[in-house]
Amino acid sequence: MSFYALLIAPFVDFGFMRRALVACLALGLGSGPIGILLVLRRMSLVGDAMSHAVLPGAAIGFLVSGLSLPAMGIGGIVAGLAVALLSGLVSRTTALREDASFASFYLTSLALGVLIVSLRGSSVDLLHVLFGSILAIDASALILVGAIASITVVTLAVIYRPLVAECFDPGFLRAVSGRGPLYHLLFLLLVVLNLVAGFQALGTLMAVGLMMLPAAVAQLWVRGMPALIAVSIVTACVAGYAGLVISFHSGLASGPTIILVAGGLYLLSLLFAPSGALRRLLPQRHFARREGR
Amino acid sequence: MSASIRLQNLTVAYDRHAAVHHVSGVFEPGSMTAIVGPNGAGKSTLLKALLGEKAVASGSVDWGGLPLSAVGYLPQVAEIDRSFPLSVGDTVLLGAWRQSGAFGRVSREMRERGRAALASVGLDGFGPRPIGALSSGQFRRVLFARLMLQEAEVIILDEPFAAIDARTTDDLLALLEAWHKQSRTIIAVLHDFEQVRAHFPQTLIIARELIAWGDTPTAMSAENLLRARAMSQNWDDVEEICDDAHRHVA
Repeated sequence: MSFYALLIAPFVDFGFMRRALVACLALGLGSGPIGILLVLRRMSLVGDAMSHAVLPGAAIGFLVSGLSLPAMGIGGIVAGLAVALLSGLVSRTTALREDASFASFYLTSLALGVLIVSLRGSSVDLLHVLFGSILAIDASALILVGAIASITVVTLAVIYRPLVAECFDPGFLRAVSGRGPLYHLLFLLLVVLNLVAGFQALGTLMAVGLMMLPAAVAQLWVRGMPALIAVSIVTACVAGYAGLVISFHSGLASGPTIILVAGGLYLLSLLFAPSGALRRLLPQRHFARREGR
Repeated sequence: MSASIRLQNLTVAYDRHAAVHHVSGVFEPGSMTAIVGPNGAGKSTLLKALLGEKAVASGSVDWGGLPLSAVGYLPQVAEIDRSFPLSVGDTVLLGAWRQSGAFGRVSREMRERGRAALASVGLDGFGPRPIGALSSGQFRRVLFARLMLQEAEVIILDEPFAAIDARTTDDLLALLEAWHKQSRTIIAVLHDFEQVRAHFPQTLIIARELIAWGDTPTAMSAENLLRARAMSQNWDDVEEICDDAHRHVA
């Protein structure tokens, strides 16, 4: 099989593969930086919880208009935001910490979502909702994913400084501007938007995969915010492309393949990256101090 | 111009348990005040109430019209994520927030001031390094450089010299004294009584309620310090709900 037939032909020959690829690249562009910020804010699990929280909204969208991605997307945005705000409220007004309240909310909403889907749909529909249908992305869903990626990148560029300041030293930002909670809220909104975009492609259970895995990979290789974000985006896009190619040629389900490729990149990084396991295990000679020169 | 910061019968509570009881007094403009007291005495709580971070249960803090942006605050280092992937230079430039704002451009002049501030805390050329690579003493110096950029009229520091070696402490104390000479108002939570006696003209002793507030030699009397210590030993007892708002007013 030639290089062309292996790597490029699937996208030239089939429209659904092209749309899937564009969706993956857009997804990587938005989810890459969001994932880095989630990790730095120590909110990895919150992202996971929120991805499940999207489900009941999407399920109601499904109930109303069948397997239409935009309708399910809008439902997901509403539900995800509601859960994010509610759990923020609960952690501020009760003794529960934010992660605990997120866990309670997402378990409830996951159960509710599955229940709603099974009210009307078949188990195939349920599989679609849980694991996504990236090959079934149509033009309107593609526009939604693209719009979300654009909004994410532009918003992050605008609120980058206060967001980073709030992560690094929240006390300082409160003292100089007092608008920390606003930026936190905007960030949560971006997380929900990206999860909805990921939900279209990868399903509610794995939407967070293209956020967290590339972020973890980036952390193993580089330091400094710009480099972290760049590596994270590239990793997500590579995983998306490679996952699509592999799933096309071997007839595997594409969503899980994409996440598995990202997981494979993570394992490789664990072994070979500068702050990975192998470097830690092998003894390294340090530089000798030059004396008297 | 600095204004005085006036506390009037200030009470701050966590879940109805008062951490700071009925404190009244004034931080004069240009004063340099040490806040001392046993652990759990409400020192940090008092600072947070000053900054408006912690809601006041009763009483008030009057800044005399000074905006919060004119206040430089050095939090306890434990509240800062030192593994964050930020460079030393960018950290210092956060101090220029008043000029740059959340969205504005960082001008060449600001960068120049950042470099100069780093040099004056003894970290010349450290700008590009990640903050994760610094020792805790160096990191404290970076935070002071950031304070320098803020050009704040009131500077509030929460345990600025905790877990720092003598040389760094001396260098940073010299900075504080320079700021004092520029008649900025300085308020610092400290634990080292010798340091307070040597460098801080005013002292506030707190043990949930105000023990003493005034010129250091009078406030730091053996009797007052003993009283503060004695009070800290009774804190395990269950407290009654405080119903007489004026009981503690001197």
